[in-house]
Amino acid sequence: MSFLGKLSLDAIPYHEPIIMVTLAVVAIAGLFIAALITKYKKWSVLWNDWLTSVDHKRLGIMYIILAMVMLIRGFSDAIMMRTQQALATNGAAGYLPPEHYDQIFTAHGVIMIIFMAMPFMIGLMNLVVPLQIGARDVAFPFLNNLSFWLTASGAVLINISLGLGEFAKTGWVAYPPLSELAYSPGVGVDYYIWALQISGIGTTLTGVNFIATVLKMRAPGMKLMQMPIFTWTCTWANILIVASFPILTAVLGLLTLDRYMDFHFFTNEGGGNAMMYINLFWAWGHPEVYILVLPAFGIFSEVISTFTSKRLFGYTSMVWASGVISVLGFIVWLHHFFTMGSSANVNAFFGVMTMVIAVPTGVKLFNWLFTIYRGRLRITVPVLWTLGFMVTFTIGGMTGVLLALPGADYVLHNSLFLIAHFHNTIIGGAVFGYLAGFAFWFPKATGFHLNERLGKASFWCWQIGFYVAFMPLYVLGFMGMTRRINHIDNPAWNIWIYLAAVGAAIILVGIILQFVQLYVSIRDRDQNRDTTGDPWNGHTLEWSTASPPQFYNFATLPQVADIDAFTDAKEKGTAYQRPKHYQAIHMPKNTPSGILMALGITAVGFAAIWHILWLAIVGLVGAFIVFLFRAYNNDVDYYVQPDEVARIEDAHLNHVVRG
Amino acid sequence: MLIRKLSKAASAAFVLMLAGCDGGVLDPKGQIGIDEKHLIVVATLLMLIVVIPVIFMTLYFAWKYRDGRDQEIYAPKWAHSTAIETVVWIVPIVIVIILGVITWRSTHDLDPYKPLVHEAKPITVEVVSMDWKWLFIYPEQGVASVNELAFPANVPVNFKITSDTAMNSFFIPQLGSQIYSMAGMTTKLHLIANEPGIFDGISANYSGAGFAGMKFKAIATQTPADFDAWIAKVKQQKHTLDSAAYAALAKPSEYNPVEYFGAVSKGMFNQIVMQYMHMDSHENMEHMDTEHAPDMADMKGMHDMAHMAGEHAMENTQNMADMDSSTHSAPSLTKDSSTEPLSLEHSSTQKVEAE
Repeated sequence: MSFLGKLSLDAIPYHEPIIMVTLAVVAIAGLFIAALITKYKKWSVLWNDWLTSVDHKRLGIMYIILAMVMLIRGFSDAIMMRTQQALATNGAAGYLPPEHYDQIFTAHGVIMIIFMAMPFMIGLMNLVVPLQIGARDVAFPFLNNLSFWLTASGAVLINISLGLGEFAKTGWVAYPPLSELAYSPGVGVDYYIWALQISGIGTTLTGVNFIATVLKMRAPGMKLMQMPIFTWTCTWANILIVASFPILTAVLGLLTLDRYMDFHFFTNEGGGNAMMYINLFWAWGHPEVYILVLPAFGIFSEVISTFTSKRLFGYTSMVWASGVISVLGFIVWLHHFFTMGSSANVNAFFGVMTMVIAVPTGVKLFNWLFTIYRGRLRITVPVLWTLGFMVTFTIGGMTGVLLALPGADYVLHNSLFLIAHFHNTIIGGAVFGYLAGFAFWFPKATGFHLNERLGKASFWCWQIGFYVAFMPLYVLGFMGMTRRINHIDNPAWNIWIYLAAVGAAIILVGIILQFVQLYVSIRDRDQNRDTTGDPWNGHTLEWSTASPPQFYNFATLPQVADIDAFTDAKEKGTAYQRPKHYQAIHMPKNTPSGILMALGITAVGFAAIWHILWLAIVGLVGAFIVFLFRAYNNDVDYYVQPDEVARIEDAHLNHVVRG
Repeated sequence: MLIRKLSKAASAAFVLMLAGCDGGVLDPKGQIGIDEKHLIVVATLLMLIVVIPVIFMTLYFAWKYRDGRDQEIYAPKWAHSTAIETVVWIVPIVIVIILGVITWRSTHDLDPYKPLVHEAKPITVEVVSMDWKWLFIYPEQGVASVNELAFPANVPVNFKITSDTAMNSFFIPQLGSQIYSMAGMTTKLHLIANEPGIFDGISANYSGAGFAGMKFKAIATQTPADFDAWIAKVKQQKHTLDSAAYAALAKPSEYNPVEYFGAVSKGMFNQIVMQYMHMDSHENMEHMDTEHAPDMADMKGMHDMAHMAGEHAMENTQNMADMDSSTHSAPSLTKDSSTEPLSLEHSSTQKVEAE
C-alpha cells in the first residue's frame, strides 16, 4: 500500500467533461466568494461570529445555508436524470453512461434526504425551538456546534467524491450484496458509508441535545402540553432520531466490517444474508421519513394558526396524533419490501399498520381545516405553501395507502409510481413545509422580510412544476416502468417522460426564483426591516424577541401560562414590559473545538475511503486532542452584564414603541 | 340513488383513464394481475371518499375565510369541539378498518407463495437472475433458456426464483405480482396467463450497470401443444447447460440475446442456490459435476448459522417444507427443530463425500 493508499491522480475523472466543468465552476465560485470575504475583510467575522459560534440561531442559519447549497447539487442530479431519460428514448443512449447515471441517482437520493432535507429541518429547529420555549440556548451549545460540523463533514465528503474517485452506484439504499466489495469494488460505497456515518452521528447528537433542551429548559410555567406545536413535532422527531439513527450507525458499521475486514454479514458468500441489511436499513429508513415530515407538520400548524389569527384547532389531538405517527413509524418498515417473500400474515400485518398511520395524519389535515374555519386567513407566502401542501400531500397520502396494500404493491413496488409517491410526500410534505417555515421565520432570523411577489412566483412554479413532473410518473408506474433505468425503449412512455422533464424545468425556475428572491430581499433589506420583532402578529414566544433576536434571546425568562404564550401576554398587556432591573446573563463562549474536531473526523473518513492509514491516525488523534483540550478547558462561559442587557433591550423596546 | 350513479360514473371514468395504460399493470392478462388491478381500483375509490372532501374543503375554506371577508364569522379562540374531533378521528378509522379487512383478505388471496387453484396441471420454471440477464430452467422438460420465457396460457406456472448475483426482482407487469430473487435462497411466485400473448418481463430491482437491459419476453402460448413445440425448438439446440456452460453464462453481459440450452445438468438450479453456502464460490463451482453434486451442501464455517443452513439444506434435498423467506429471516427454531438436525447431518455427510 502506497503512501496515499488507493489514492492517485487517476482518481480525478478527467474524461468526464460534465464533472470537470462542474468542478471548474465550483472552484471559480469558491475563489470569488473568498475574494469577496478578503475584500470586505470578513474572514475574522466569519470565523469568530459564525464558524465557531455556539449560538443556536447562527447554527440554524448555517444549517439552512448548507441545505440550500446541497439543494443545488441534488437538484442538478435531478435535472440530469430527467434529461437523460428524455434523451434516451427509442433506444438512444442519451449522454450519461450507466457508470455515471447510476452515481447520479444514488447521489440525488442521499443528498436530498441526508444533506438537504435533514439540515433544512434541523436548521429550522435550531433557529426556532429554543426561542419557542423561552430558553437562551439549547442544553448543550458546544455539542450543537459539533453536530453541525459533523453534518457538514459528511456533506464535504460526498462533494469530494465528485472530483476524487466516484460515488456509490447502488441506489441511495445501498442494498448488499450490490454494495459489497464483490459487486462494488470502487470507493463509491465507501464515500457513501463514511458520509452517512459521520453526519448520522451528528444527527443523533442533535436529537439528544434537543430532547434535553425541551425537557429541562422550558420557560417557567410552560408545561409539556403547553409547548408550541412546532416544538412538539420537533420533539417527536428527536425521539425518533435517538431511537432510529443508532440503527443506521450499526448497519453501516456492519457493512463497513464486510467491506474492510472481510466479514460476511450481508455477502452472498460465507452465510451472509442481505435481508438483514434491508430490514435494519428500513428500521431506520422509515422513521427517517417521519423525522423529516413531522416538523413540517408543526410548521404548517404554526403558519395556519398565525395567519388565520386564530388558535390552532385540536392542539391536544395534534400532539397525540404526532406521537401515534412516531410510534407507528417504527412498526411499518417491512412495507418497503413486501416483495421479499414474507408470508401473507407478515405482509398483511405491516400493510394494515401502515394504513393505521393514515388515521392520525388524516386527523391533522382535518385539524388544519378547522383552524382555517372561522378564521381570517391572510394569503401570504407561508400560507400558500401550506395550502399547496394540504392538497398535494393528501394525494401523496392516498397513493401511500395504496402502496401499503401488499396486493397492490406487488405490481407497483419499485416502479415510478413509488417514485411519484415519495416525492409527493417528501416534496409536497417536508420540503413545502421547510419553505413555508423559511418564509415564515426569515424576518425573525434576519430582521428583514422576504420579497413577497417573488416568493409567490416561486411557490407557483414549484406547485405547478411538481404536478407536471410527478403525475406522469404515476402513469408510468402503472405502465410498468421501473425505477433506476437509464434509457427507455417503450415508445408509449416517451410523452410522459418528456412531460416529467418539463415539470422538472418548471421546478428549476421555482428554485431560481427562490434564490433571486433571496438576492432581491437582501439588496432591499433597508426598506423591509422588521423593527418590532413580531411581523405576523405571532402566537408564540419567538415573536416576543427582536428580529434578529438578541444573542441571549430573552433578557428575563418569560412566564408562561398558555399554549399561545405571546398572544396571551399581548392580551394581558404584559408583553414588551421593561423590568426594573436586569440581571447578568450566563452565556457560553464560542469555540473552535467543534469545527476542528470535525476536521479531524473528516480526515478519518477520507483516509478510510482511500485506505490511508497514517491520515486516519492523524485525524483521529487530532480530533481526540481537541476534544481533551475542550474537556479540560474551564474558560467556556461568561456573563453579559446588566447594563449591556439594558442597553440592548432599551434599543429594541424603543423600536417596538415606534413601530 | 344519485350517489350510486355518481360513484358508478366515477368508477367508469377512473377505469377508462387507467385503461389508457396499454401494456402495463392496468392492462392485465393474467388472473393475479386482474385481481390486483381490481384491488387498486377499489382501494382508490374508497380513499377518494376522504381525499376529495379534504381537497375541496381546503380550497373552499381558504377562499371563504380569507382575510377581508368580514361578513364571515370570526372565532379566534374557538379551538376545540368534541363533536368535530370525534368525527375526524372516527371517519378515517372506519375507512382504515374497511381497508384493513380488504388488506388482510387480499394479501392472503394474492400471496405470491400460494399455488393457484386450477384444473390444469401447473408447470414449473426455475428462474435465476444473473449479471445482467435471466436464466429460465425447465426441470420437467430438461431445457433452459436465457431472456425468453415460455409457458402455455391458462396453465398455472410455479416459479422458483433465485439469484446468482445482486438482488433482482422478477416481474412480468401484465401478469401481476413480482418477487425478489436473492442469492442462496429460493423465493416463489405463482402466475397464470389468461390469454396467449407476448409480455414484457423485467427486473424491478436495480442490480448494477446492466440493469436497464435486464429484460425478457414472456410468451404465453395458445395451447399446451404450442408450448411443447417451443420446448422441441429449444431441444434442437445441442448446447447443454452444464457447469462449464453455466460458468461462461455467469460472466457479466449486457443486453444478452436469447439463448437456448437443449439439455440441462440435473439439479442445476439447486447447485446455483447452494453454491453460496460455501465460503468460496469458485471451489463450489468446480465440484458441480461430481456425482454427489445435487445434494452437495458444504457447511464449512456455518456452525453458528445452523438454522439457516438447515433450511437451505432442506430446500436442497427434497423441499421438505414449503419454506418462504420470512421464515429464513425470522428464527423459527422451535417450529423446524424436528426436521433440521436430520437435514443438517445429512448435508454434512454429503460434504465429506463430495470432498
